[in-house]
Order: sequence, then structure tokens, then C-alpha cells
Amino acid sequence: MSARDIAAPVLLVAVLAVLPFFASGTMLNFLVSALIVALGAQGWNLLAGFGGQLSFGHAAFFGTGAYVTALLQIRFGINAWAGMAAGIALGAVVGWVIGFLSFRARLRGSYFALVTLAFAEVLRILANAADFTGGAAGLLIRLQPGFGNLQFPDRGVFLWLVLGCILFVLLLTASIERSRFGAQLVAVRENEDAARALGVDVLATKLKAISLSAAITAAAGCLYMQNFLYLDANIAYGTWISVEVLIASIIGGLGTVLGPVVGALALHGLGEATKLVSGQITGIDLAIFGAVLILSVAFAPNGVMGLRRLFKGRAG
Amino acid sequence: MYSPEIIAEAVVNGLLTGGTYALIALGLTLVYGVLHIVNFAHGALLTCAMFAVLGMHLWLGVDPYWSILPLAAVFFAFGYGLQRFVIGPSSHGEDRNTLLVTLGLSIILENLLLAAFKSDTRTLGADTAFDVIELGPMLLSRPRLIGFAVALVTAGLLWLLLSATDTGRAIRAVAKEKLGAQLSGIDPRHIFAVTFGIGCACLAVAACLLLPTFYVNPRVGNAFVLVAFTIVVLGGMGSITGALVGGLLVGVVESLGGLLLGESLGQLGIFLIFILMLLVRPTGLFGARA
Amino acid sequence: MSLLSVNGLSRRFGGLLAVDGASLQVPAGAITGLIGPNGAGKTTLFALISGFLEPSAGSVEFDGQDVTREAPHLRARRGIARTFQIVQPFAGLSVRDNIAVGAYLRHPGRAEALVRAEAVAREVGLGSMLDGPASALTVAGRKRLELARALATEPRLLLLDEVLAGLNPSEVRDILPVIRTIRDRGVTILMIEHVMQAVMNLCDHVHVLAQGRMIAEGAPRAVCADPVVIEAYLGHGAADRIKAEAPHA
Repeated sequence: MSARDIAAPVLLVAVLAVLPFFASGTMLNFLVSALIVALGAQGWNLLAGFGGQLSFGHAAFFGTGAYVTALLQIRFGINAWAGMAAGIALGAVVGWVIGFLSFRARLRGSYFALVTLAFAEVLRILANAADFTGGAAGLLIRLQPGFGNLQFPDRGVFLWLVLGCILFVLLLTASIERSRFGAQLVAVRENEDAARALGVDVLATKLKAISLSAAITAAAGCLYMQNFLYLDANIAYGTWISVEVLIASIIGGLGTVLGPVVGALALHGLGEATKLVSGQITGIDLAIFGAVLILSVAFAPNGVMGLRRLFKGRAG
Repeated sequence: MYSPEIIAEAVVNGLLTGGTYALIALGLTLVYGVLHIVNFAHGALLTCAMFAVLGMHLWLGVDPYWSILPLAAVFFAFGYGLQRFVIGPSSHGEDRNTLLVTLGLSIILENLLLAAFKSDTRTLGADTAFDVIELGPMLLSRPRLIGFAVALVTAGLLWLLLSATDTGRAIRAVAKEKLGAQLSGIDPRHIFAVTFGIGCACLAVAACLLLPTFYVNPRVGNAFVLVAFTIVVLGGMGSITGALVGGLLVGVVESLGGLLLGESLGQLGIFLIFILMLLVRPTGLFGARA
Repeated sequence: MSLLSVNGLSRRFGGLLAVDGASLQVPAGAITGLIGPNGAGKTTLFALISGFLEPSAGSVEFDGQDVTREAPHLRARRGIARTFQIVQPFAGLSVRDNIAVGAYLRHPGRAEALVRAEAVAREVGLGSMLDGPASALTVAGRKRLELARALATEPRLLLLDEVLAGLNPSEVRDILPVIRTIRDRGVTILMIEHVMQAVMNLCDHVHVLAQGRMIAEGAPRAVCADPVVIEAYLGHGAADRIKAEAPHA
């Protein structure tokens, strides 16, 4: 990777990393929430932007990561860091399974979106009904601040942890963009048959993409759990997260490296601004998100990062 | 365990509810068949319709069954406008964009309703909800019976519209061959909007039929949208017969599932059928082979 | 031994037998032509050979190995490359990146793949268009891109599906030497073509497919004079009519 590829991600993360030194508690809370969604969006963007498969059910991976780490800590007393690792691993497995079933059946476009939506809903219903996952009451992790427990009383430190993950994924995405896997993934997105004729194993490529995508979003789920310490089926597997990671990636710039992060910050910023104006009326902020999505598709299909390219005058 | 009478009753009630489900699915399958888009806003539009029926009853004192015609007209216009001025133009003709736009629309509608009405569940509170009619050993729900009858009539009218009127012919032409239809002087944008409007009108009728036996909250559409999708995928995207048969089938499955597994897991059965259909035969029982 | 051996290949679509017991041998190092009237089943045959369709009967052997049921990407790895009749560039990518996808098959490293892509681009005459978007290419350019992408996979057998279709005579004239050079480098070529000038010019041997069946094969000139072939193209009795109208017998 060239210095130019690394510069922008590092710069963005550096700017955000400085904020804990003089930002208020509210501001830090906002950033942590927004950046957890950003991480989830990075996962979604890998599958949708680079791979061209739009999932409407990424909550399936987010929730799995969150539940796995919560259950391991609560029911089996396992260390939080190990729990997170397990959550990421199991998230990847769930991604692989859903991918295998869907891609083998050659599902694409709307059908793929539908089936991912259905899988997420199935998980939500199961998690809501099962005692093991705490049923409708949900799960609560005991408050025990400490590095070993992945609980930081200082929001700023947690922010750095989230930023660390985001930076890692930014660099990973940039390196994928420049790799053989990335080229093959994009080829599959553009034209599956042509890719096949050039020796690309389309199924294997898509499976790799969805597993990686799921792992990243599962990591976001784990971090969510460690931040809020409470989880229920609607938080874990609810449509809110599927929708937020989608909109964030789209308005930020589908298929770009920085898009999901920029988009998530913009989206949550917009949400906060809306709350200031409209008070605490539930739902107005999400309604605005929906409007932003439509406007984005209608007028700025390449998102914020795409607009940037327009100004720089580069082609396409 | 369960006596044959109870099972038979569940099956018949399932069929009756299935009629209304079929009506919901009809709009979805029609839109897919003509516009070739999956309308993710279908559930949210149904929720809007249900709130509209509720509003008519609570504030104007109009009985749900009398709301059928006026609301069908209003929602036809609403649907027409949505497709003509929002969905069509924003999508620039690309399928992927339409996917996102209808998703955005569903988010907007659902959350505006949430903001306006809070997440409380409301019911019509009418006594008619529990009216039963005796048919031999079975007790059939009167509202469901009415729902079934009206759904059949509506489906019949729809069939008549498509086969015997000029507009219907234009719709079928655009569905089969858009460019050819355009060259024959048909305006596809207008036809798309008309079709979408008809889909919404069907939802309005369905809402009137559902409200006596159902509750309303801003999320209720979600519950129905997956049912509608299951029906459409089961019956075949774009197939009207498929929507009808699929609706009846799903109605029965839901009824039996609810009887045997309880409410929440009964829903699961529908989802699993849905996933299974998508994986095994996405073109549905009646759809054209891909 | 033939590089490609197709034996009794058939493919049925419902009631229609698109390819009916077709057999052909493609010797290594030659340019073999596959001609026939429209709807004969030539592209279907290509799809069967390259793995995009499974045959209802018959077999395909490549370099002595049975590949009849092998997936397309595995055949590409063996060295069977194909172009598509309707060109399918990766629209969002540059010309270089398009070709690189093919180059990545044999060169996992990015730098190597890009170098290889550039070399192939120059070989087919796209050297000056490398950085531009593939979507900006003319029809002729896109045909060359199809060719380049397939070549980048370093194939042993190249299946060209009407690579000259849509090109004007001077563009055809310009691309013929490119194809010849590819063969001279050791790549075996099987080409579906309607442009007879190219068939006469390039092909060592020609097979004729009509209504799914192989009806003739041989040197280009002999095949084109074959009455059976003329009838397949021009209809029943055409051969006799042409003979009757010829000024000298």
C-alpha cells in the first residue's frame, strides 16, 4: 500500500482520537455511538459496496457478536476480550452460513435483500423467545470497570479502542482494494459471468466477502455490548442497525474506504441536530434518515466521497 | 391433543384470514409484475392505511366497512403520487436504487407514524371483533368471513379490470414489454403509477377488513410485510393466482402454527417457509421458471 | 492429439435440441473456425465447451482430461478462455483494471498483474487507453478489451465468439494480424465467425454447424463451396440454383 492510501485513514482517525482531550461527556457518548455504527457500516460496505450484494439484515451479525460476548461473560464467566474474539468468530460463521445458503441458491438483488431480512428476523424471534438469551427481558453484564473486562469508565479510552478497530478495518479495506481478492470481488459485482470466464471462483469470493463483512459487523456488536452492558433481541437483531449501517454507507459513499465512517458521523450528526430541533419525539430522526436515503439515491448516488471526487475532477 | 373439530376450525379460519392476506399480497405481486420492483414500503403503506381506517372510525365515526370505498380512492391517489413523483424519479430506472428508495420510504412512513401516534397499540374496541357465525360444529369469526368475501370480490374486480378494460390492457402490455408498449403510445410512467396506486388501494381495502379483528401500532406493517412477501414468493412474483393461493396457504399455516406452537413461534413458521422458498424455488409455485 | 475434443455433445432446452450430437477436434496451435447460419447453436456449443452450460449428453475433453462437468472458473484455470458475443466489460473499472482481473489468475501479486495487463493491452492495441474507463471505449475497443481480458489469463485455448461482429471493414483488417500473432505465440484458437473474409484469411480448418448438427468440415474454401453448407445458409435448392446461374459450369 502506498503512503497515499494510508494517509487519509490515519488522518481521519487521528483527528477523532484527539477529541477525548477536550470534548464533553455528551459529545464523547455521541462519538462512541456513531463510531460503533461506523464499524458496523464498514462491514456492510465491504459486502455491498465492493461485492455488490445489498444486505438488509446485517443485524444478524451485529446481534450475534453482541449475544455471544454477553453470554460467554454472563453464563460462563469467560473474559471479555476472549468473548469479543469468540463473538467475531461466530459472527463470521453465521455470515458464511447465510452466504452459503443464499449464494448457492443464486439469490441476488431484491431476493438477496429479502432473505437476509428474513434471517435477521428469525434470529430476533428466536432470541426473544429463548430463555438462554434472556428472552424478552434481555441480558445485563455486571458493571466491573477494568481493562481486563473491556469496560472503561473513561469514555475517551473506550473511544480509542473503537477507533483502533476502525483504523484496523480502514487499512484492511484499503489493502483489500489493492489486492487480488479485491479485484475479483469487484469483478463479481460488475459481471459474474465475465468473472467466471476469467477464472474467478464466484461463490468462494462472495463467501469470503460475507464472512469478513459479518466478522467486522459482529465486532461492532461486541463493542456495543461492552459500551451499554445491556442487550435484548430488538437491540441486537432489530432492523435499526441493519438500516443504519446501510444508510451510513450509502450517504458516505458505497464502495469507498472512508465512506462508512464519514457517513455514520454525518448520519448521527444529523440525528442529533434533528433531536435538538424537534425535541425528543421518537422517530423523527429515523424518518429524516429515510428521507436522507432517498435524497442521496436521487441526487448523490456516490455519497459524500463521490462528491469529493467530483470536485477533484477525476473521472467516474 | 387437539380434536379434529378444533383443527378444522383453525383451518377454515386460516382460510378466511388467508383471503385478506391474499389481498395484501395482490398489491405487492401486481407491482412486481408490472414495475419489476420489490416494494419494501408495502408494509409501511399498510400501516398507514390501518391508521387511516382507525382515524375514520375514531374521529369521523365511520364504520371500517363503509371506509372501504373512500379510503381505496384516497390511497389510490396517494400511491399514484408516490410512484409518479417520488419513487420513479429518484430511482433513475435502476433496480438497486428502487430497492433503497422503497426502503427509505418505509422508514419515513413508519417513523412519522411513530412520531405522530407513539408506539402504543390501539384496537378498534368494537364488539364486532368477536362475532361468530355457526356453521355446523364450527364457530367462524364473522369479521373474517366478511373479510374473505370482500377480498374475493376485490380480487374479482381486479381481474376484470386487467382483462376487460383499456387501462388493464395497457398495464398488461407494459408488464410484458415496456418498450413496445411505449412505442404504441402508452406512457409507462403513468401506467407504473396507476399500478402502484391500485396496489395501495388493495392495501386500503385490506386494512378496512383487518381492523375489526386486529390491533394497530406503527410496527404492525412489518408483521404483515413479511407475510405478504412470503405469499408472493410462494405464489410466484407477478402471479395473481399465486397470490390468492399463497394467501390461503399462508393463512392456514399461520392458523395451525399458532394453534400448535403458540403465537410467537407460529410467526417463525412463516419466516422459515419464506426462507425455504427463496432458497429452493424463488420463482414460486406459479411463477415462470427463472 | 487434439487439444480440444468434443464428442457427441447435445443440449436440450425443454423440447428444443439446441445442440445435437456435435463433435469436433481442435488441434493444438491452429486456428479453427466454427461457422453456420444464425440460430445454429454455435454460442450454445461455446457455452458447453467453456462450462457455462451442462450438456444433456456427450463429453468435452481438454488436453486428454474430461472436463464435461467442470465449473467455468476451473476450466479457465486449465487454460480455456472465452470471449462473449455480447461484450461484457466491467463497466465501473478502467481498461487496465479490467484486464488485470484476467491477469490475476496467474499472478497473485498486484504489481505483476498490472504489468502483465499493460503488456497484453499493448499487444491488442489498447496501450493508449489503459487509464480510461472501460465504459468509454468504442465497440471496436470493447472487442479488443474482451480479447485482452481473455488473453491475460494466459490460455492455451482461446474461444472467440464473433469477436469481429460490429466492426467495420478497416477495423476488421486491423484486428486480423492481432489474432494471428496470438496464434503464433502458441495459443490455439477456436472462433465463431460470420465475417467470411476473416474465416478465409485466418482459419486452417472450419466446422459448420446448422440447426444444432455438424454438417461439414474442412479447409475454408472447400467448405464454402460445399452444396450442403450453401443450402444450410441460403435454403433448400440454393446450391442447384447457384450452379444453374453460373456463367460457366
